[in-house]
Amino acid sequence: MDLSYTAEEQAFRQEVRSFLEEKLPKEMSDAVREGRGLGKEGHDRWHAILNEQGWLAPNWPQDFGGCAWNAVQRHIFEEECCRAHAPRIVPFGLTMLAPVLQKFGSKEQQDYYLPKILSGEHWWCQGYSEPGAGSDLASLKTKAVREGDHYIVNGQKTWTTLGQYANWIFCLVRTDPDAKQQEGISFLLIDMDTPGIEVRPIILLDGTHEVNEVWFTDVKVPVENLVGEENKGWTYAKYLLTHERTNIAGVGFSQAGLDAVKRLARSQMHKGRPLIENPYFAARVAQAEIDLMAMATTNLRIISAAASGQAPGVESSMLKVKGTEIRQEINDMARRAAGVYAMPFASEAVEGGNEPPIGPEGTAAVAAQYFNNRKLSIFGGSNEIQKNIIAKVKMGGRA
Amino acid sequence: MNFDLTEERQMLQDSLRRFLSDRYTTSVRNEILESEAGYSADIWGQLAELGVIGALFSEEDGGFGGAGFDISTVFEELGRAGVVEPLLDTALLGGGLIAALGNDDQKALVEEVIGGAVQLAFAHGEPTSRYELTRVETTATVEGDEIILTGKKAVVVNAEAADHLIVSARESGDVDATDGISLFLVPRDTAGLSLRGYALLAGGRAAEVDLDAVRLPVSARLGAAGGAWEAIAGVIARAEVALAAETLGAMETATELTRQYLLTRSQFGRPIGTFQALQHRVAELLIEIEQARSGVINAAGHLEGDTRMRDLNIAAARNLIGRAGRLVAEDSIQLHGGIAMTQEYELAHIAKRIVMAEHRFGDADTQLERFLDLSAA
Repeated sequence: MDLSYTAEEQAFRQEVRSFLEEKLPKEMSDAVREGRGLGKEGHDRWHAILNEQGWLAPNWPQDFGGCAWNAVQRHIFEEECCRAHAPRIVPFGLTMLAPVLQKFGSKEQQDYYLPKILSGEHWWCQGYSEPGAGSDLASLKTKAVREGDHYIVNGQKTWTTLGQYANWIFCLVRTDPDAKQQEGISFLLIDMDTPGIEVRPIILLDGTHEVNEVWFTDVKVPVENLVGEENKGWTYAKYLLTHERTNIAGVGFSQAGLDAVKRLARSQMHKGRPLIENPYFAARVAQAEIDLMAMATTNLRIISAAASGQAPGVESSMLKVKGTEIRQEINDMARRAAGVYAMPFASEAVEGGNEPPIGPEGTAAVAAQYFNNRKLSIFGGSNEIQKNIIAKVKMGGRA
Repeated sequence: MNFDLTEERQMLQDSLRRFLSDRYTTSVRNEILESEAGYSADIWGQLAELGVIGALFSEEDGGFGGAGFDISTVFEELGRAGVVEPLLDTALLGGGLIAALGNDDQKALVEEVIGGAVQLAFAHGEPTSRYELTRVETTATVEGDEIILTGKKAVVVNAEAADHLIVSARESGDVDATDGISLFLVPRDTAGLSLRGYALLAGGRAAEVDLDAVRLPVSARLGAAGGAWEAIAGVIARAEVALAAETLGAMETATELTRQYLLTRSQFGRPIGTFQALQHRVAELLIEIEQARSGVINAAGHLEGDTRMRDLNIAAARNLIGRAGRLVAEDSIQLHGGIAMTQEYELAHIAKRIVMAEHRFGDADTQLERFLDLSAA
């Protein structure tokens, strides 16, 4: 047992920190810290800065232009990015689709798509969930019928995050309606400019436009856009989901969030004293901090095991459940700390705008974020589904 | 012991529930949320006509109710339907203060409130007072036969729509003393009074109020100089019973929507409500709702009695409902999944009403602190 980072790891952390100090634009970190949206331009700009540094694809092999960092390095990078309030890297192309293409895509697909993910020319979104296929993803109904050199795609995807910015979508589609659920699914790459695709916004309960419905009506997709083999898409989808679940614990987000709560509680007054001195509030903060200290170590333990080649099993489900619970608890404390100033609807604060926000610094977006982050325990496999996975492995068929 | 509503209150509950389920549908309410005013003058008029506002005032004040159980009956129904119209602000707070302290001239406004003709707002909280109800830094200075108000008021709900604001200001005493606080009836268009209005996350509107040497005749004062605290504490107690009952009603709607959804939503080839893990979650919510109902009954039943017992029961109810409400709001969203995250779905609004109610007059922690202080007293 040794809880310290190696000298190399510490040097790496320093390198990341220096880079962020130098290259992360202040207006961007301010926006992230205050919970304001960045818009497409902001995301594109940060993407380009990281690409120029060669740090855009921490998880990609070097052959494809990635950093080939190990799990601990990736963790350090994420931690430092959160600490510096760097924008989240939009994951759909870089950390979801790319590993699938690298493992299952053809040489032509790799050569064509991967450089365009790095350059930002392609903004990918994810076509997985459907109105009738949420937790039970394998029951998806969007169908693709082969006609000559094309598939004809009909159906509807939903909860498509930032689909309004995307020009490509990777989709799970049903290519064999007669096969067992998981066995008739294929993985298709679709150009969003193809006729027959319509993106409709879904406005979330905090007023933000973050997700969309994507409708497909007789959309013609060239057969070369099929990844791997027809009807083997479920295998690739599962492989992608294991990558979706890296950094699932969100320790860096929680640490940044807890720091923000403490900052706010130092400036908010309760009976003439800073709120942070109030024992009831201080106890909440301490409780979350205790949970987070353990979570950080749990996360590192699992990352270290992964770095030494052990595939994470139920541990990633455990990280997801506990990690999201901690993040949501921190969101709850933030709205509490804001007091009456949690009540205003801060559309400017959330969407970006010129009006100064209502209330003291750091209060404007907290209630909206509290509601928005209810999604954390729903998406990427709900926490109930994660518990099913744990229970199936640990309880299934055993005396 | 008798836990039944009186015949009159039962009729009030039935007619209000029927009216709201017919007229205050999700789409009507969503239009109101999008509107510039943030409330519907039409609905307001009909609520007045139904006698809903009158039910919040005693016969002595021109109404036909006004007791704790009248308030809880009305607000449970308003909460059930997610009503955003400012009954709490205009009737319980504003109207209540005028009824408690006003002279005969001033009390004429109460009749107009009951008739639905007047809107009011209570400008009390300040940017740094948080939930401390006696902390008033805004000053009132007498100059000849005038009074000059200077200060800032925070998150004044319904300020823009209000014909009059009832502004608290300190005439004497320390910044957090109970003695020395006065109330003033200030027409919204008075010179020196400016508003920065905004929408609230859970519906309705509020404003930051700036009082820049607002000059009023001495006759604008409600009650005796420096003697308003007892009346303020009294109307806030009534408002807290209302908030507790409103949240209870909203919790019932959230849980019922969830129950229905689980019975109809199918995944893995069967309604997800057939999974025991999810059934237990609904069972927990139903248990919490019964506890919350008892909390509301305790609070409403002690509203007219001894003030220490009143405040103890209110702190207890609001702490309990703060905790239970959060569980119901969060679990109802969770059990629905993504659909409950969308603005147009009924539960999204109901969940916001539940959680944001905690931010008026004190969250669960503040109520716990009050409860312990009162228990020790």
